[in-house]
Amino acid sequence: MKRILSYLKPFRLRMLVGFIIKVTGTMAELILPYILTHILENVIVELNVSKIVFYGAVMVFFSIVACLGNIIANRMAARVTTNFSKAMRQDLFEKTLYLSSADTDSFTIPSLESRITTDTYNVHNFIGMMQRMGVRAPILLIGGISLTLIMDRALAFVMIATLPVVFITVYSISRKGVPLYTKVQKSADNMVRVAREDVQGIRVIKALSKNEHENRRYDKVNSDLSKQERWAGTVMSVVNPVMTLLMNLGIAAVVAVAAFRVSKGLSSSATVIAFMQYFTLISMAMMSLSRMFVMYTKCAASAKRIAEVLDTPDKFKITEDTEKSEGTHISFENVSFSYLGKKHNLHDISLSLKKGERLGIIGATGSGKSTFIKLLLRFYEPESGKIKINGRNITSYSREQLTAMFGVALQNDFIYAETVEENIRFGRNIPKEDIIRAAKIAQAHDFITAAPDGYAHMLSSKGTNLSGGQRQRILISRAIASNPEILILDDSSSALDYKTDANLRRALDENMAGSTVITVAQRVSSVKNCDLILVIDDGKIIGQGKHEQLLESCAEYREISESQMGGAFVE
Amino acid sequence: MLRLGRYVINQWHLFIPAVVFTLLSNQLSLLGPRYSGAAIDAIESAQGVDFSVVWENVIKMIVCYALSAILSYVLAVIMIHLSQKITYKMRKELFEKLNTLPVGYFDTHTTGDIISHLSYDIDTINGTLSHDLVQVMTSVYTVVGSLIFMWQISKPMILIFVFTVPVSVLFTRYRSKKVRPLFRARSKKYGELNGYAEEMLSGARTIEAYGRQNVISERFNDRNEDAMNAYYNAEYNAAMLFPTINLINNVSIALVAIFGGVLYMYSQSGAVLAGSVLFITLGGVAQFVQYSRKFAGPINEFSNILHEFQSAFSAAERVFRILDEEPEPLDLPDAKELKEVKGNAELDNITFGYTPEKTILKNVSVTVPKGKTVAIVGPTGAGKTTIINLLMRFYDPQSGEIRIDSIPALKIKRSDLRLAFTMVLQDTWLFHGTVYDNIVYGREKATMQEVKAAAKAARIDTYIESLPDGYNTVLSDDGVNISKGQRQLITIARAFLSDAPMLILDEATSNVDSRTEIQIQGAMNDLMKGRTSFVIAHRLSTIQNADTILVIRDGEITEQGNHDELIKLGGFYSTLYNSQFS
Repeated sequence: MKRILSYLKPFRLRMLVGFIIKVTGTMAELILPYILTHILENVIVELNVSKIVFYGAVMVFFSIVACLGNIIANRMAARVTTNFSKAMRQDLFEKTLYLSSADTDSFTIPSLESRITTDTYNVHNFIGMMQRMGVRAPILLIGGISLTLIMDRALAFVMIATLPVVFITVYSISRKGVPLYTKVQKSADNMVRVAREDVQGIRVIKALSKNEHENRRYDKVNSDLSKQERWAGTVMSVVNPVMTLLMNLGIAAVVAVAAFRVSKGLSSSATVIAFMQYFTLISMAMMSLSRMFVMYTKCAASAKRIAEVLDTPDKFKITEDTEKSEGTHISFENVSFSYLGKKHNLHDISLSLKKGERLGIIGATGSGKSTFIKLLLRFYEPESGKIKINGRNITSYSREQLTAMFGVALQNDFIYAETVEENIRFGRNIPKEDIIRAAKIAQAHDFITAAPDGYAHMLSSKGTNLSGGQRQRILISRAIASNPEILILDDSSSALDYKTDANLRRALDENMAGSTVITVAQRVSSVKNCDLILVIDDGKIIGQGKHEQLLESCAEYREISESQMGGAFVE
Repeated sequence: MLRLGRYVINQWHLFIPAVVFTLLSNQLSLLGPRYSGAAIDAIESAQGVDFSVVWENVIKMIVCYALSAILSYVLAVIMIHLSQKITYKMRKELFEKLNTLPVGYFDTHTTGDIISHLSYDIDTINGTLSHDLVQVMTSVYTVVGSLIFMWQISKPMILIFVFTVPVSVLFTRYRSKKVRPLFRARSKKYGELNGYAEEMLSGARTIEAYGRQNVISERFNDRNEDAMNAYYNAEYNAAMLFPTINLINNVSIALVAIFGGVLYMYSQSGAVLAGSVLFITLGGVAQFVQYSRKFAGPINEFSNILHEFQSAFSAAERVFRILDEEPEPLDLPDAKELKEVKGNAELDNITFGYTPEKTILKNVSVTVPKGKTVAIVGPTGAGKTTIINLLMRFYDPQSGEIRIDSIPALKIKRSDLRLAFTMVLQDTWLFHGTVYDNIVYGREKATMQEVKAAAKAARIDTYIESLPDGYNTVLSDDGVNISKGQRQLITIARAFLSDAPMLILDEATSNVDSRTEIQIQGAMNDLMKGRTSFVIAHRLSTIQNADTILVIRDGEITEQGNHDELIKLGGFYSTLYNSQFS
């Protein structure tokens, strides 16, 4: 919470001014019943019309001050809150983008998402509410209590005695509500899950004529949800009646005690009237204080989740290494790595590639192919061994230097709601000619220009308005567009039909001869012309060499090759 | 609106008590200030404090408030039951309706969209029923009740509200008209911001690989700025509303005090006689102040509540729109039951399009004798999956006829027709439940032995038994890590359980790595044995062995024959086949 509140620092002065205005406004509001009492108690008896009107005018004046003070202060608070949450959210988002992959994995993407969206929203709401009601409620409470104490101490004590009861009741019931609503949420999730399964599997359900079965399945979660909601509602509905009752009992007690005091000449009936007014104000303040308490616990939890991300140390350390090598472009020296620190996901990998060579990597899902790429890109740090580019350890390059060398098309990669051109350019400074050139090499130009708006065609998020093969070709265009030193294609042509895939390979050989190309694939046909092919199984290299060599030396490679007979037949 | 009302009236045995309780509980809470006023008058009376009157009134107050609290709690519970009954019923009806809708409905609406009716729309209705309905009844009652009491206390003083109430109502309406679009813009911008953050996070790896963090952060900053400006705009304008309403209320109370004070003064001085319209006691003034606070509150809330009601009505409208959707047509009255299907399938001159403007299949004819395998080959969008949709009667052809064992498909009971097929699709569909549940879904009456045999035939038995709870392992998104290939094998096991004579395989092995594919392929070959099979595949090995290969291009069968025949023909198929050796 402290960490997050530090974002309020730049607005200290503003908040102070806002606070003073707010206090003025609240004070003005608080004084109104006091004047009212004064009128009823002292002014009226004087039987002076102009005096009554004067005091009435004073009331109107204070009402206006209260109104203006509240408006100005609320507006200032809105300014502070939005600036605050803007800065916080921006920092959080940037930090998230720079998190190391290992950190991203341990937070998980959905959790990071909800931190940026829901948690910042919670904190924002609380900060806003704190400024609006956090001032008002305590002042109303303290001011109200002290004024009543001045007016009549004994009556004030009667009233004060009811306040803790109100607070404890409201607070404890509201707290009890939290787990109940968590349960409701869980039931609602279940209900949605069954509905989603049903919608997605409608063909299977209809094929097997399972309507009745599905209806029964849904009825179970539906009635469970109803039950949970009913119970949570039944418990939470206690709050309002009990609170109103307690307050009203307080009023009754005040009236009763007042009767004694008036009869002894210690108090006046007009005081009682004012008391009732204050009582309403005070109990409203109590209500918002208890609600703020509940909000605070929610906000503190969110603030903690945000601070966790912000305080994650940057693990991207740059080391010294000035070595150079002329011959070798990329080398792995006894590299081992594991995600969870238990079993090696890559074990003792060594290889070296010259500039312009083609490397193919093949193996089953989960064998460690993509891990190899992630280490080369320095998404993760190897547990042991060294990875070098141009003879220098990759840890000696800055982020910018390192990424500038690569063009990458990853498995299940990222297409966002923008034009085709922007998806290929990806925020880099690349002229249109290069983009078209890249699209031509990637065999994407033809289908792109087939759309009426060509490169200006809008893609939907995740590229759902493209076929799998088209998506992959856009991603390959993106990777090629900057004419990178190292081109990485991680399982990125699996949806292309055989002919297009072959054309792509040919175009890459013709146009990207100077780039070192690493292809990760499940199909033999995608890698068979490479200068070096690695067969990876369970994190280990179980075969390496050219296609023909491997067909003889590596049984697994032969098995895969024979089973495929040329891979995908049609797109 | 009327229709939503009908749901409420159907629950009359809850609704009527709710109305009665609302009236009672409000009546009681309105009586409270009356008794406190009487008590104060007794305190203030010239003959000294009349304790018996004070006590009587205090006790009356306590009883009133206690009863009112109990009643309002009971009322809240009744309303929760009422709204839960209604939302339960609506959800049930909606879900059951969904299951009767034709597949076309699901193809033209996104999952998220359909789900939002079940969750968001019905939640909105629920909120309005359980909360706002009582609120409205209470508000109306409070306003009318306060007015009556104020009328009894002092008629002339009510004149004050004749001025102030319209002012505050008009002001609220004017402001909310202005502020509402700002709030709408605010939610929209905020949604866009969140959408952008989610989208970019899903590409975090790629952004990292390309070192684009700066650019993306800048773009996020623009959206963040937009959203916060929209936020500020809304807050800035809304900040006026409540303080101003408060001002109007305070001013009316000041006016009540002045006016009341003056009247009291004249009443005291004897200028106004007791019994006159203008006569008022000090307690009367106090009561009047209390009632006027009660009176002003709900009036200001009305426009808010009306807004809530509007969104509930439009949510209900969306729900009813689905309930009114055309379901799958009923079976013809003379529809036949299908017993002992042999599995001869014929497509006779079929023409079909999902929309009338765009024909997908043109004059497609093919005959598949029982036990034979047809492979369907063609580019994306050529109409391969459409043939499957027609065979299963997910859609019906515009012209032409499909016949199973020479009986026209339209004249067979739909469920019998569908049960004659078993399907393995590209999108493996498993639901949250145990492995056993998911397999036995294929035939509910199957025994454990049969399930195990099916799993064995699908070559997934050893894997299942290696799971911590074996066949009782619960499959969930966040639970057991189960690969795509294994999921596919489970759906194949499900298919093995079914004894349908015909089989549909739609791209069942895409997205699976080669080794797993070899496994699946073997299982599928077993599955095809003895069944009439329709196969959409992208691997040559599957296609090559088919009895008939159909090449579909632009909705027409351009080539038809077995592998050797098509190679000899030298058309599209042979070009594709040969390209792999180039």
